[in-house]
Amino acid sequence: MTEIGLGHYLTLGAIIFSIGIIGIFLNRKNIIVILMSIELILLSVNINLVSFSIFLGDLTGQVFTLFILTVAAAEAAIGLAIIVVYYRNSGTIRVEHIDELKG
Amino acid sequence: MIAHSIFFYTFSFIAIISAVMVTVSKNTVHSVFFLILDFISISCLFIMIGAEFLGMIMLIVYVGAVAVLFLFVVMMLNVAQQRNQWFASESSSKHIPVGLIISTLIFVELIIVIGGWKYKPDLFDINNSSQLAKVSNTHSLGQVLYTDYIHVFQISGMILLVAMIGAIVLTFRKREGVKTQSYISQISRERSDGVSVLKVESKKGVKIDD
Repeated sequence: MTEIGLGHYLTLGAIIFSIGIIGIFLNRKNIIVILMSIELILLSVNINLVSFSIFLGDLTGQVFTLFILTVAAAEAAIGLAIIVVYYRNSGTIRVEHIDELKG
Repeated sequence: MIAHSIFFYTFSFIAIISAVMVTVSKNTVHSVFFLILDFISISCLFIMIGAEFLGMIMLIVYVGAVAVLFLFVVMMLNVAQQRNQWFASESSSKHIPVGLIISTLIFVELIIVIGGWKYKPDLFDINNSSQLAKVSNTHSLGQVLYTDYIHVFQISGMILLVAMIGAIVLTFRKREGVKTQSYISQISRERSDGVSVLKVESKKGVKIDD
């Protein structure tokens, strides 16, 4: 086994990022899974920042990871509140049924 | 060093498998559980690489708050048992090739960027570092966070406050027919509204509730 370096962590981040993108596109269930895919993408960004911060010896990446964590928590709270209100109004949160904006 | 490799491959394998399971699992509750497993394995990776504070914060914030919030919403909305129809409906399956192409392209681009990354000659070696041993990760992070980034830190607090107020305002609804306490009418109540003094004559009694 080769030594674990920066490239391994960045590859892990890239894989999880791509899985998050696939999850957004292929999701046919409900919007909550799309929100979870967005959380996966933010997680992969956090992996990148932390691994760069550790391997380059600079603490700024970890500080920004903390702020990304804050924004992710706020986004999850607001998104879930919007989903709850939408479910209360329309009775469904299936992705293919949410087409009122005709986008 | 072999232990580092074993831990890294184990945790990253678990993380990738659970990330795939988040997207493909049929039950939404199972998706949330796999999301929790993903966060836990990534935070183990963080702790292993030397960012202990962030690993613990990720456990607290993501697993303790965000994932439980997801679980609450999934169970409240009664969507857990919705069967997904991946390739069943016609309108949904037309997105699948585009999504696969785009995500594969993004992955290939990221791998190209990572492969072409020029390492700094004096790349910080985490394995035999003496700098990490002197000051703990939490200590050094706090020293930076409360001095150089104090404004950003306070702005993030404001973001959390706005998110909290927004979530409450969005989901709040006034329901009819529910008895609630009215402070104004309680406080502005006068003695003359509720109490009246009657002079009761003997052997006659008094009539109330007329």
